[in-house]
Amino acid sequence: MNGFASLPSAFKRFENFGHSLTAGAYRFQPQTADEIYAVFQFAKKNGLTIGARGAGRSYNDASLNGGGILLDTSAMNRFLEWNPETGQVRCEPGVTIEQLWQKVLPDGWWPPVVSGTMTTTLGGCLSTNIHGKNNFQMGPIGEHVLEFTALLPTGAEIACSPKKNGDLFHAMIGGLGMLGIFTSIKLQMKKMESGLLEIHAWPTKTLQGHLAFIEENAPKYDYIVGWLDTINTLGHGQIHAANYLHKNEDSNAPQNMRLENQHLPSRIFGVMPKSLLHYFMTPFVNNLGWGLVNRAKYLASLRPHTFRQSHAAFHFLLDYVPNWERAAGRGGLIQYQSFLPKETTLPAWTEMLTLAKKRGLPSYLGVTKRHRPDKFLLTHAVDGFSLALDFKITDRKRAALSQMLQDYDRIVIEHGGRFYFAKNSETSAETAQAFLGAETIAKFKKLKKRCDPNGLLASDLYRRIFK
Amino acid sequence: MSVIQNSSTSGKPAPVTPLTPRRRGLIIGASDGIGAALARKLTKEGYTLALVARRKDKLDSLCGELNTKGVCALAYAHDVVQFAEAPELLKKIAADLGGLDLVVFMAGVNFPPGGLDQYNFANDRQMIEVNLLGAMAWLNPVAAMFQSAQAGQIVGISSVAGDRGRVGNPGYNTSKAALTTYLEALRNRLTRHGVNVLTVKPGFVKTEMLKAAQGGTPFAITPEQAANEIYAAMQKRKQTIYTPTLWRWIMLAIQHTPSFIFRKLSF
Repeated sequence: MNGFASLPSAFKRFENFGHSLTAGAYRFQPQTADEIYAVFQFAKKNGLTIGARGAGRSYNDASLNGGGILLDTSAMNRFLEWNPETGQVRCEPGVTIEQLWQKVLPDGWWPPVVSGTMTTTLGGCLSTNIHGKNNFQMGPIGEHVLEFTALLPTGAEIACSPKKNGDLFHAMIGGLGMLGIFTSIKLQMKKMESGLLEIHAWPTKTLQGHLAFIEENAPKYDYIVGWLDTINTLGHGQIHAANYLHKNEDSNAPQNMRLENQHLPSRIFGVMPKSLLHYFMTPFVNNLGWGLVNRAKYLASLRPHTFRQSHAAFHFLLDYVPNWERAAGRGGLIQYQSFLPKETTLPAWTEMLTLAKKRGLPSYLGVTKRHRPDKFLLTHAVDGFSLALDFKITDRKRAALSQMLQDYDRIVIEHGGRFYFAKNSETSAETAQAFLGAETIAKFKKLKKRCDPNGLLASDLYRRIFK
Repeated sequence: MSVIQNSSTSGKPAPVTPLTPRRRGLIIGASDGIGAALARKLTKEGYTLALVARRKDKLDSLCGELNTKGVCALAYAHDVVQFAEAPELLKKIAADLGGLDLVVFMAGVNFPPGGLDQYNFANDRQMIEVNLLGAMAWLNPVAAMFQSAQAGQIVGISSVAGDRGRVGNPGYNTSKAALTTYLEALRNRLTRHGVNVLTVKPGFVKTEMLKAAQGGTPFAITPEQAANEIYAAMQKRKQTIYTPTLWRWIMLAIQHTPSFIFRKLSF
């Protein structure tokens, strides 16, 4: 765009991960903290706001700032320190989970918490305080941050750890990039003895059985994740639980940690490039087609079995089919994830899933996880379960889906549940206030005022929830 | 320099979400006539609009009417001949709306010279400044923005009057002919970048401007009819439309009338 001679920028159109929202913004791609500061100054002078964007993998509007500036941190992707003895790594915020595991695994370490896609940046992971299939054991990624530095819009560069500037530490992690921009992140990795996991799979026949199985077995495993057939019979599903292999369990342990044994296959049956697969999925992504796919998946899961998988293959399911989210078609997809206390999970989900069936608006993917609470200010965690539901958007069903998700919000709030800011796109300010509490929001706004007195940092999500 | 202000809007537009999407549009010259009719049509079709016009009181009452069920129109008082303000105001509007998908340049004036033997440079100059230079001052930065974003839609309101130089109003003919050509050039630049440029050529529309017309005003339509036809053409991402369509055939005949006949006509 003209008139921005002093800084390189361009007005670009950005999308979210689900391709369900687009917004134009001026993109800046700083490489240093000084350049971030220059963007702050520039925004102030031009009366624009700044949103932070890493890989743009949130399903909603967390990394969009329509009509304003998007500060793209992906060029700040250098490792600053790596200590293979202690497993401590310090890097810039644009480093991706992919870069991270590939850096640390050959030395026998693995990131303690990863997202379902490895394309996410650590800055984004911290801003949304991601969790994995091991949330009940390891907490969110924030619990493995030893220290970070961040540049505040005031111009101050501060260092935070659980002890130093603890209030900001617990607010900026999960703070959606609204208090400052991370400039370096120091994380503790987890020691590995093998590059493989042993995975067990069991079918479930009822929702109650599904929850009870996870509840009972979670303590025995490093990871546990459930799948629910949300189209056909309520409660039909499958549970996968995995443990890291130890030295004596994997005779080939050192080799399995090498990167060449971790890569995802790039072709299906060795023939078709996976990058084309989403085109072939599209015709099936409807109630009938996907219902059959779900039914087939359930029937295939009826035999409990055990197998081994590399870390990469187990964790990064979303990268298995590139652009899988495009299979939902032109309208894109949204994800609705609810977090419910274990006491109220069953009635809440029964009500929600029954409602979807009654209204003919089934979710095409239902994924369950076990969680535990954490100490972060804008936390989504509960001592209970989460259910992530993917919905395909079509013009015909848009209004009905909107109405149903409002009903879902009400059900979740009534049952003491919470929501996750990297996922749900329809949460209103009132709903957010209902689960976060007025006190938490006031505390966050007070910190916001301290770190960002001119309100430079904003995003479409921030305007939706906090203003 | 006139004061830019966003008035008559308390509150902000409802958030855009995947299930409650709203496109964002800007109408320059929105206070009455086709502009106001299009504003009513577009807000009904789910747009959030920034409305720009010279007359603040008219804008305010239009916004008041449009914003009864939640804010969907923001008002900005601005005179398009303040060319230097356009890029800044555009930036502000894009930020206020949270993005921009559509820009409609509607501002136009028509000052006939007052007779077939009359010439009036002051009037001609004003028509060129508003109808042509105003459009260029706005649409140049809009084009740059949309080209960079590889998306967007531009609608320019030209006129059947630009299709032929006639005896009645040389200045107006010239301003609209130049605008048509400018829009065509933008289209040729921008189509390859995913941007649609629609040129609208209304015939007679029952607006304030019609009162300036000399002689008969056949086939006159209401601003609402024009707005509906413009919206339909936008949906189809058309390049040029006449509204009503009949004018396409009338103008085809007029354009192909040989000069030795045309220069003897008195319309």
